[in-house]
Amino acid sequence: MRTNPILHGYFRSSCSWRVRIAFALKGIEYEQIPVNLVKDGGQQLTDQYKALNPMQQVPAVEIDGITLSQSLAVIQYIDETRQGPKLLPACPKKRAQVRMICDIIASGIQPLQNLYVIQKIGADKAQWAQHFIQRGFQALEPILKGTAGTYCVGDEISMADICLVPQVYNAERFKVDVGQFPTIDRLNQTLVGVEAFKLSHPSCQPDTPADLRS
Amino acid sequence: MRTTLTPEPILHGYFRSSCSWRVRIAFALKGIEYEQIPVNLVKDGGQQLTDQYKALNPMQQVPAVEIDGITLSQSLAVIQYIDETRQGPKLLPACPKKRAQVRMICDIIASGIQPLQNLYVIQKIGADKAQWAQHFIQRGFQALEPILKGTAGTYCVGDEISMADICLVPQVYNAERFKVDVGQFPTIDRLNQTLVGVEAFKLSHPSCQPDTPADLRS
Repeated sequence: MRTNPILHGYFRSSCSWRVRIAFALKGIEYEQIPVNLVKDGGQQLTDQYKALNPMQQVPAVEIDGITLSQSLAVIQYIDETRQGPKLLPACPKKRAQVRMICDIIASGIQPLQNLYVIQKIGADKAQWAQHFIQRGFQALEPILKGTAGTYCVGDEISMADICLVPQVYNAERFKVDVGQFPTIDRLNQTLVGVEAFKLSHPSCQPDTPADLRS
Repeated sequence: MRTTLTPEPILHGYFRSSCSWRVRIAFALKGIEYEQIPVNLVKDGGQQLTDQYKALNPMQQVPAVEIDGITLSQSLAVIQYIDETRQGPKLLPACPKKRAQVRMICDIIASGIQPLQNLYVIQKIGADKAQWAQHFIQRGFQALEPILKGTAGTYCVGDEISMADICLVPQVYNAERFKVDVGQFPTIDRLNQTLVGVEAFKLSHPSCQPDTPADLRS
């Protein structure tokens, strides 16, 4: 009998949110064990957590007897092993476009503005983060203009949408005006109304602080 | 059988770009012939910054690949597209758990290390760039070593070459360029030694590309 997957994450971690969205889209029940990235100097830095994820980042997911890190590896694993709507299109060219969009976000934007890096940047952190989000969205906008239908790639929700929404949330946190990017803005507006994206939103997780709950 | 109606893929890349090298390795492993159009990241202020190149890849980075009538960027998207549409040895395992481990290792490199030490970022860091790059490579390899210890056989995941190996070797090359002592990481070191002897990795090496400068040719 299969035990529920366990997600080690943080309410406001965009990478953790991606995994939460995927679980929700697939209708998978899972347990959450919060890892507070700020409290006690950062719970991701404990030896206990390091044993789960040597990169000392969230998320890490215990599933089917293994522990996986890296949100896109987790999401594609879920997609390949669980029922429910497919998170990548069947068509190889569209799949490639989904992955390209995801990697622009997951390699080209988010790693340059995550907590660890901006802590190292120090005083200029806000400017640094804005710069990389702005740069990434400037690239993403024309790409999405070419690929998007109702959603990022065509008319089915995919891993690209899963990556986009949390990155827009981060953009807003760093005061980047997403209105400059009409396709990104339109897609985000559509997606934040989708149940799986609402259920998994940072404002309503087990570890969301009281003052940030909606 | 390739017909003359299918044009060859075109790789826009740079001899020393680790992300471009990943794609070259994948083409070589699959036995795919392709054309290279060099994009010099340093000359003329960086040819990736031209409007012409921006039309190919709005992120203004290499590689970009024209293939089957579309243009793709992001090396792992390209590599998986090639894997899904071409014959030849599979670049990801059949087993979903092993596939996930391959992707995890790739993303530690492609999201957790390389973007923090690529040209654009270290130019922004400025004077401290060597230290910054070393820090992120060191950190990433410190994480990768125990993971690979668990997954590796002859290669990164088990005994078949995969996308994980494709990501590892160029990252080790970068580590050496930034003077990180890879000997600290015995599994990474061992895997790299094995892989640099594989034909596809040799053929695609930065030292022997069309745009390799004369003084760096081997």
